[in-house]
Amino acid sequence: MDNPSDLKLTPLTDEHKRLGAKLAPFGGWLMPIQYEGIIAEHNWTRKEASVFDICHMGEFVIRGNADKTLFNRIVTFDLNKIPEKACRYGFILNDAGGVIDDLIVYRIAPEEWMIVTNAATIGGDEANFRKHLAKGTDFRNISAATGKLDLQGPKSLEVMKKVAGQGVAGLGYYTFGHFNVLGERVIISRTGYTGELGYEIYISSAKVVELWRLLLSAARVKPAGLGARDTLRLEMCYPLYGQDMTARTTPFEAGLGRFVDMGKDFVGREALVKGRSDEKLICFKALSRRSPRHNYRIISGGKDIGVVTSGSFSPSLLCGIGMGYAAADCPAGTNITLKENEVEIPAVVTDKPFYKGGTAKIPEGVNAGS
Amino acid sequence: MQVPDKFLYTKEHEWVSINGRTATIGITDYAQGHLGDITFVDVPKAGAVVTQFKRCATVESVKAASDVYAPVSGKVAKANAELAPHPEYVNQSPYEKGYFAVIEMSDEKETANLMKAAEYKKYVEGLT
Repeated sequence: MDNPSDLKLTPLTDEHKRLGAKLAPFGGWLMPIQYEGIIAEHNWTRKEASVFDICHMGEFVIRGNADKTLFNRIVTFDLNKIPEKACRYGFILNDAGGVIDDLIVYRIAPEEWMIVTNAATIGGDEANFRKHLAKGTDFRNISAATGKLDLQGPKSLEVMKKVAGQGVAGLGYYTFGHFNVLGERVIISRTGYTGELGYEIYISSAKVVELWRLLLSAARVKPAGLGARDTLRLEMCYPLYGQDMTARTTPFEAGLGRFVDMGKDFVGREALVKGRSDEKLICFKALSRRSPRHNYRIISGGKDIGVVTSGSFSPSLLCGIGMGYAAADCPAGTNITLKENEVEIPAVVTDKPFYKGGTAKIPEGVNAGS
Repeated sequence: MQVPDKFLYTKEHEWVSINGRTATIGITDYAQGHLGDITFVDVPKAGAVVTQFKRCATVESVKAASDVYAPVSGKVAKANAELAPHPEYVNQSPYEKGYFAVIEMSDEKETANLMKAAEYKKYVEGLT
């Protein structure tokens, strides 16, 4: 497997190689795509628990008052409404209302925040924060020093209790706490990108290999790669930044208006008030095992109405699934065709999510998040 | 990686097993391993005419759709109908249960354009 020098490596690269992973570039990083196989890893995550190397993602810290630092003007939700020890999902937008990135903000203390962003956007996000934050704001990029592992699957709580103590059981969906793990004070949040009960663990990059091995030593835990992460998130209709959402699409077009608080001021708000296009992100299921792919056209009633942004085979539904932007109104049940050259895949528009058996919000616990 | 001795191979990782004028075709162990979990196979239909090195089938994995090219020209005598319900046969048994089709060859001389097992093994080793 080639390893071009311009790709960044996570601290776990040697671990992945030892496990026989297929490695490939993703967002400027050399990442594990699969170990045993995407479908096996996908199904294991839905039934048991999998650990994912997510060290490539970005983490930032801001200290200060949400309004005085102007941080509250950068995100689409009201930071003051986040309870301490809770997380919130939302966006940073450009002046045109397009999505610069989607992110999760952790309220660590009344005036301390951790921001988690996508990997490919770290540089742009940092520049954007520095541009909009009040001069002199305590703002740091802690991405390189931070290791991140996601443990996801219905059995993940059992494993987390052994690693971090019984206190983990008290975490409600979209909340977090500080726990003592491997002699370090780490952040563990009940969040994820799979639709299953799961946790995201933030530890120093110096300790992340040790934590990886510790999690994998549990009988129920297997490693899973970005291939399974993609099929798991697509079955939940979670958008992928750069693919289903870009600087040219707004949160409303992406069907994620509930993460935008129009009652507050933020960069991009004016554009959202003025213009709302008719384009909408729709989800569709193929009538066969054939998978729609990125950039296939969406045809309805003989008319080209849009483009596929994500598509894959669904290991849970055993058919092709996907999402894309359509200009015309396409309620659930609408028959469409996904087309590229001579490939024509009959499909039907469906409600979100594709997979309805996800355990992410079970047990309920305290739901302080989205 | 398995490369049966008696088969012939293409640069695009198809194999062909020849018995008189009858050729059984499929994709190699290297190809299935490279593609990962196969989720759908569009095999050529019985009666269709295929041309050497021209597209004759499509194979889809979780991540991508790939074209499959005919290793020899001829008429499709039989397609492997089992691959519709069981595309995973291509992963599990690429040279037997996972074959794509049987072709009545129209030009036996075309085999000169194909690689023997030893040659194909060397070719694959040069790719990684």
